[in-house]
Amino acid sequence: MDEMNWLAVAPEIVLLTMACVVAMIDLWVTHPRRTPTYLLAQASLAVVAVLHLQLYDAGQSVYTMQGMVVADPMGHLLAFFATAAVMISLAYARPYAADRDMLKGELITLAMFSLLGIFVMVAANNFLVVYLGLELMSLSLYALVALRRDHAPATEAAMKYFVLGALASGFLLYGLSMMYGATGSLDIPEVFKAIGTGQINKAVLVLGVVFVVAGLAFKLGAVPFHMWIPDVYQGAPTAITLLVAGAPKLAAFAITIRLLVEGMSGVAQDWQQMLILLSVASMALGNLAAIAQSNLKRMLAYSTIGQMGFMLLGLTPTVVSGNTVSAANGYSSSMFYVLTYVFTTLGTFGIVMLLSRHGFESEQIDDLKGLARRSPWYAAVMAIFMFSLAGIPPTVGFYAKLAVLQAIVSTNSPLYIWLAVIAVLLSLVAAYYYLRLVKVMYFDEPADLRPIASTGEVRAILSLNGAAVLVFGLLPGGLMALCAQAIGRALTT
Amino acid sequence: MGLLSLAIWLPIVSGVVLLAIGRDEHAHAVRWLALVAALASFLVTLPLITGFDTSTAAMQFQESLPWIERFNVHYRLGVDGLSMWFVPLTAFINVIVVISAWEVITSRVNQYMGAFLILSGIMVGVFSALDGLLFYVFFEATLIPMYIIIGVWGGPRRVYAAFKFFLYTLAGSLLMLVALVYLYYKSGGSFDILAWHKLPLPGGVQTLLFFAFFLAFAVKVPMWPVHTWLPDAHVEAPTGGSVVLAAIMLKLGAYGFLRFSLPIVPDASREWAWFVIALSLIAVIYIGLVALVQQDMKKLVAYSSIAHMGFCTLGFFIFSELGVAGGIVQMISHGFVSGAMFLCIGVLYDRVHSREIASYGGVVNTMPTFAAFAVFFAMANSGLPATSGFIGEWMVILATVKAGFWLAFLAATALVFGAAYNLWMVKRVYFGAVANDDVRGLTDLNAREFVMMAVLAIAVLWMGVYPKPFTDVMQVSVTELLKHVAQSKLGS
Repeated sequence: MDEMNWLAVAPEIVLLTMACVVAMIDLWVTHPRRTPTYLLAQASLAVVAVLHLQLYDAGQSVYTMQGMVVADPMGHLLAFFATAAVMISLAYARPYAADRDMLKGELITLAMFSLLGIFVMVAANNFLVVYLGLELMSLSLYALVALRRDHAPATEAAMKYFVLGALASGFLLYGLSMMYGATGSLDIPEVFKAIGTGQINKAVLVLGVVFVVAGLAFKLGAVPFHMWIPDVYQGAPTAITLLVAGAPKLAAFAITIRLLVEGMSGVAQDWQQMLILLSVASMALGNLAAIAQSNLKRMLAYSTIGQMGFMLLGLTPTVVSGNTVSAANGYSSSMFYVLTYVFTTLGTFGIVMLLSRHGFESEQIDDLKGLARRSPWYAAVMAIFMFSLAGIPPTVGFYAKLAVLQAIVSTNSPLYIWLAVIAVLLSLVAAYYYLRLVKVMYFDEPADLRPIASTGEVRAILSLNGAAVLVFGLLPGGLMALCAQAIGRALTT
Repeated sequence: MGLLSLAIWLPIVSGVVLLAIGRDEHAHAVRWLALVAALASFLVTLPLITGFDTSTAAMQFQESLPWIERFNVHYRLGVDGLSMWFVPLTAFINVIVVISAWEVITSRVNQYMGAFLILSGIMVGVFSALDGLLFYVFFEATLIPMYIIIGVWGGPRRVYAAFKFFLYTLAGSLLMLVALVYLYYKSGGSFDILAWHKLPLPGGVQTLLFFAFFLAFAVKVPMWPVHTWLPDAHVEAPTGGSVVLAAIMLKLGAYGFLRFSLPIVPDASREWAWFVIALSLIAVIYIGLVALVQQDMKKLVAYSSIAHMGFCTLGFFIFSELGVAGGIVQMISHGFVSGAMFLCIGVLYDRVHSREIASYGGVVNTMPTFAAFAVFFAMANSGLPATSGFIGEWMVILATVKAGFWLAFLAATALVFGAAYNLWMVKRVYFGAVANDDVRGLTDLNAREFVMMAVLAIAVLWMGVYPKPFTDVMQVSVTELLKHVAQSKLGS
């Protein structure tokens, strides 16, 4: 526990070094599309992803940095997917950002630093490390949102994001300090043990849990802590929305597991009730509010809130008298949910950016009108994303919903079965606005008949992204098994 | 690869290929490719008929592969006497649909043909899935192509109809998903439908499961009062869409009752049979009367479909061999007849671009061959002996007499109403003097239309005169099903 074990944090070290190198090299790059910097960044991200995958394959849980950091399979898996998400985001973002004079070294460097923050979060074994990673990620994202200085909505979004994000961090920090006060430790395993003794002042503990859950709900964007999501998604340049909406969700999921499950499962009864309320409120408000939107990015923001609500549902099954089976089942289904959600969302925003060329922002739902005539291929890919978000088989979104449903039904308590019924009924509401997008693309006449310009790279990745959503829908078994394995390991260590 | 897999994936793969490579510039080649694919998909289902063993109620042509190991989901296929006929029927109707669209669909031909091919494969999947989750995946996946078909090639109110169709059906089936997950949990982690058939369940749970299934299937059948999506969807859908909806898609719901409701929750099914019978009788009588007053031919046939499907559910919930077999025969027969009825309307619509009964009159004078077919199918639709429509209705009514005279009396009124709305439509559209210039300018069937009418007419006649091949296939399975339903699963 006390060694440094540098090897286990090799990906983080590589990423940190390369982020600095990329920042330096970019000073000498004059290429308008930043090709050398971009390629170098993508290559280093690829190396980092491979490193994570190899460490995942090794299958060990290693405590490093004197127990501050744990490198376990769940962490490596989430870090791997987060890296992939950032790589895809950058690929989608490059043409869009280049057209808007945003493609500077900062964009790439800050994206890499936010990924580093995500790495720290998913591997945190200590309250302060969680906080450190969270701040590293958030500060990078605040700066990214504000990257387009002369654009008023983006600046406004950055302010909102910063103020509310700082407030949320404050909540979290306050909760963590309560936990420290109650248990006398910042180490997650120590806190777990202390709570297990049953000697802890319950009032302080529960108050701490409330603040921690509130802070996490902020980061996940669950109702009633969701206010920032629509504004930031809409206001930020779409390229940045992608970076905010993608990988950070994986990190938020990771710290939820680290803090609530690994640290505080002794008071699971308390936080699970809160999660149930957050979840139902998010699904209800997110899905109903999304119907009323005419702005595509705002609609997707509300849809995110609803989707996160569904994901939270998977975290609610309790550990029943020491039996972790149904809880592990639930957590792994949530992990599957959040993974599939992130990659579907990336593709969705990728399409939004694709349509945003010619110096105009494609932000309204009406901008998708008649896409099936302009480009049957992209329309089909977007339709797959929409059906996946709506949870219609045979897309991967269906299996995500199914996994969560089976996790909560298998607790066999009437409360949870009613929750399942509520969840499916609210996802029926959600189906309406996803279908509306398909309707706009397929049934309406196009307003703009110009063909869609895109680079070969974006076209290839978007097609792969769409194909992945479909292929994992036909054969979801492998990814599900990965998630189950990773969560199983995280719970036993 | 097994026969059933071939019957599922051949049309789906060829549909995807058409979507990927087809362009409107070579629409003609796309049509021929689609026809070849549809015919091939139909031909591969024929060995099911010839190779079917009618002496056993066990599943035949079984296939099983692990699919999602974490949830113990298997790619498990098989057909028994209840489901076998629907596989070739689906593939057959698909051939007709491809032919019917030949000159009619001129824009995005590859997408139209591709959507129907994919849809046909998915529907075969619904009829042959033996795994609960696989069934659900196919059941839901049918919504996507149909939504697109109605929305893209439909009539003026197509968007409304497409949404209504999608959301109605989804609403019903989402609760079924919860029921399936619950059964998965109860059975100790299995999605095997046949294992669920043996699963003991307490009474209260059975009732809840029954209604979860009932909602999903009743919307699909559709039963009164959740039928309102059907007239809209039918009226707005293109001819091919209406044909597939009426001929196959409605059967998915009725089939679901046989595969899920009756055997998995037999006690609740018996307890709530009165409820289903009551709704079925309302469908038969009330919807029959509604059909009588329709001005739009498609709406009329849509309502008559609801009334006819009422006979199926009525037959199932009488719990007698004759009733269940009659219900299934009625499903198959309705597949031919309603498909043909919509094709007839399509033939007129392609020429005059109106579905209003009032726009026609005296069509027999200008289209004698077509009128002969149309009148024949209308007769079949009203249950004339020697047509397939008679067999199913007659079997169900006979079974109902044993359950109670007044029930049978009410059910039999449907024959009167059926004759009334069909004959009245025939009189107004086909007979009498030529009503207007549109009708005067009509040209009779071309070779393509003649072929599809003739093939359907032969099917209807064959089934009406010699239904033995159909009833033989289902007999043992129906007996077995009823034996199963008679046993209580409440124990333990």
